[in-house]
Amino acid sequence: MLEIVIWLSFAILSLSLLLSFVRLLRGPSLPDRVVALELMASLTVGFIGVHAIASQRFAFLDVAMVLALTAFLAAVGFARFLEKRGIHADD
Amino acid sequence: MTEWIAAPLLLAGSLLMLLAALGALRMPDLLMRMHATTKAGALGSGLIMLAAAVFFGSAEVWARVLAIIAFIMLTAPVAAHMIGRAGYFVGVPLWGRILRDDLKGRYHTDNHSLESPPEFSERRQHEERRGQ
Repeated sequence: MLEIVIWLSFAILSLSLLLSFVRLLRGPSLPDRVVALELMASLTVGFIGVHAIASQRFAFLDVAMVLALTAFLAAVGFARFLEKRGIHADD
Repeated sequence: MTEWIAAPLLLAGSLLMLLAALGALRMPDLLMRMHATTKAGALGSGLIMLAAAVFFGSAEVWARVLAIIAFIMLTAPVAAHMIGRAGYFVGVPLWGRILRDDLKGRYHTDNHSLESPPEFSERRQHEERRGQ
């Protein structure tokens, strides 16, 4: 049963990744794209968790931890960049 | 036995992730998209991590998973707050049918500071004190 659920989760997460990628492409503004990237990072953390279960190696959880940390730093950096850059119409 | 606990957690986590992605795609403006992605995304990845902890069951995995969940729960609101603040101040258009915007006109782009609401501003309190 767990195997079926694992493949189902992989499928659902892939679909979610695709949907957020559509948002990343469509924009329409730069903050929208940053939100889509943030969601993709959190989706990838989920992916790594499912993969850790599927491959039965818990060392992958360390990767998930590092990725979550990096995503947070990226979000803070993007937010500072957006605020300092000010108002642009050419996103 | 642990399979029967881990599987529903895994499924719930990935369905919440799907909900977050759907919200990111379908919601009409930036703040509503963040409202969907931040909460559902953080809870979804937290549930998947919990499923991994239940599946492996050893103490070291539990410690790692609890650290990851605590980290996600601490950082997701902070990151969302910063992006939402930057997005609002950069002038991302809000939804057309929004009813009120309490921050309107209180942010100064030259020094990046935010004024207090009118009922809490120092100048007004001072004037009221003088008027009494």
